[in-house]
Amino acid sequence: MKRVVPALAASLLWLHAPLPAAAQQPGDIVLATTTSTQDSGLLDSILPVFLEHSGIRVKVIAVGTGAALEMARRGDADAVLVHAPASERKYVASGDLVEGRLVMHNDFLLVGPKADPAGIRGLTDPAQALARIARSSPFISRGDASGTEKKELELWKLAGVDPKTVAHREETGQGMGATLLVAEQRQAYTLTDRATFLALGDRLTLVPLVEGAPSLLNIYHAYVVSPTKHPAVRLREARAFVAFMVAPSTQRLIGAFGRARFGQPLFYPDAGKAEADLGRPGTSGERSGAGLR
Amino acid sequence: MSDLAQGFAEALRLLGRGDPELWSIVLRTLAISGAATLLAMVAGVPLGYALARGRFHGKTFLLALVNTGMGMPPVVVGLVVWLLLTRSGPFGGLDLIYTRRAMVLAQFLIATPLVIGFTAASVQALPPQLPDLLTSLGANRLRTLWILSREAKLGLLAAVMAGFGAIVSEVGASMTVGGNLRGSTRVLTTAIVTETSRGNLPVALALGLVLLLLAFLVNLVLTALQQRRAG
Repeated sequence: MKRVVPALAASLLWLHAPLPAAAQQPGDIVLATTTSTQDSGLLDSILPVFLEHSGIRVKVIAVGTGAALEMARRGDADAVLVHAPASERKYVASGDLVEGRLVMHNDFLLVGPKADPAGIRGLTDPAQALARIARSSPFISRGDASGTEKKELELWKLAGVDPKTVAHREETGQGMGATLLVAEQRQAYTLTDRATFLALGDRLTLVPLVEGAPSLLNIYHAYVVSPTKHPAVRLREARAFVAFMVAPSTQRLIGAFGRARFGQPLFYPDAGKAEADLGRPGTSGERSGAGLR
Repeated sequence: MSDLAQGFAEALRLLGRGDPELWSIVLRTLAISGAATLLAMVAGVPLGYALARGRFHGKTFLLALVNTGMGMPPVVVGLVVWLLLTRSGPFGGLDLIYTRRAMVLAQFLIATPLVIGFTAASVQALPPQLPDLLTSLGANRLRTLWILSREAKLGLLAAVMAGFGAIVSEVGASMTVGGNLRGSTRVLTTAIVTETSRGNLPVALALGLVLLLLAFLVNLVLTALQQRRAG
């Protein structure tokens, strides 16, 4: 014991040592975001650039979009980066989110076993595909109030099917990566964002079966959490972060991210574009990369 | 099988290469869980002693409470600490959420009931006349506590090992209150979760092996202390 105690005491002191970046003037900010921006590695690749430019350390809390928006409503985050436009509008209307900017998009894919027992390959309407899956095939849902699950529920609604009545639909309650691994084991269908799907690479034998529909667009916005509703928000730093995300040099980084590893970008930079123009031929290069796997 | 083999190979490679991120995660894990264990001993040993030796109403009730606390789900502790420390919570002004200190606090709360429980059990196993004997020989309270601690050494070190083992391998609370921030609050268990959800299964497994190795080394030191003849 006598020798252990000093060692433990020393470790206590180390805990209290300030982090190098935190010692500088600008404060840290909390960014509530989705698992896809973290699991794909995008934030790990661009945040060091932001730290270098601004001295601001971003604490990334990667949760589902639902939880990220809820953190904003409670004032527990300074900025958010999320992908559920319909839900976001409610938080903008309530005044919790301000100064929203369109940052980037990628797309959702309906993936499933190569053998495609539900026969959805090549369908252009994802809602129709879900209706076919509902008849007899297993489907794995995130079930975690994430942007991806919100999109899935939207599609069930379009299909006119109540997901609760679908016999073979199961919810994992976990992030996209974990959910894809479950779907892989079950050889089930699931809805995934392209970035996470590509990032899991050769772990998966599942293939994209329905893609490219406008309803499968996955659009990311960045917001500042309202400083008038939540005085603790670090407005200056949060604004700097949102401005960084839409700055031309960052947008180039976003567009280039993953190209070397996957042969196609994982995200398409969209700063300054109108949401309605996304996904149309000519507005981005995404169709040329679709269906690569 | 190939994933398992890859995991072992990856673990050896990471350790052999002295991967700086891995080492910083290992040291951080050790520091956070070590500090929490130390604090849990400071709080838990006297309480466990008092609980074992005290003669008062509600003792059985309190012991049952402690025994329940020994099995408290860490994720619930994490949630409660998160609600207390988060900006909109009662202690939000302290700006402790998503820091190592918040993790120490949560792990302290998980380990303390274990330390109290093990201490109480080992003190109760001592001959009941011993404290009175010591007092009659002129030992003051602190001195009595010290001598009893030495007599109960086996149990107390078991308490350290149980407390440390529980929190170093715990993921729910660390994830919730620490936020798994790279380079600041990412510890071995939360790194394993991250790598798993990224599909980097060999890396995740390698981290698991490192965690196991770390726990073994700590327990080896503690067990050696425990088994040494009192002297």
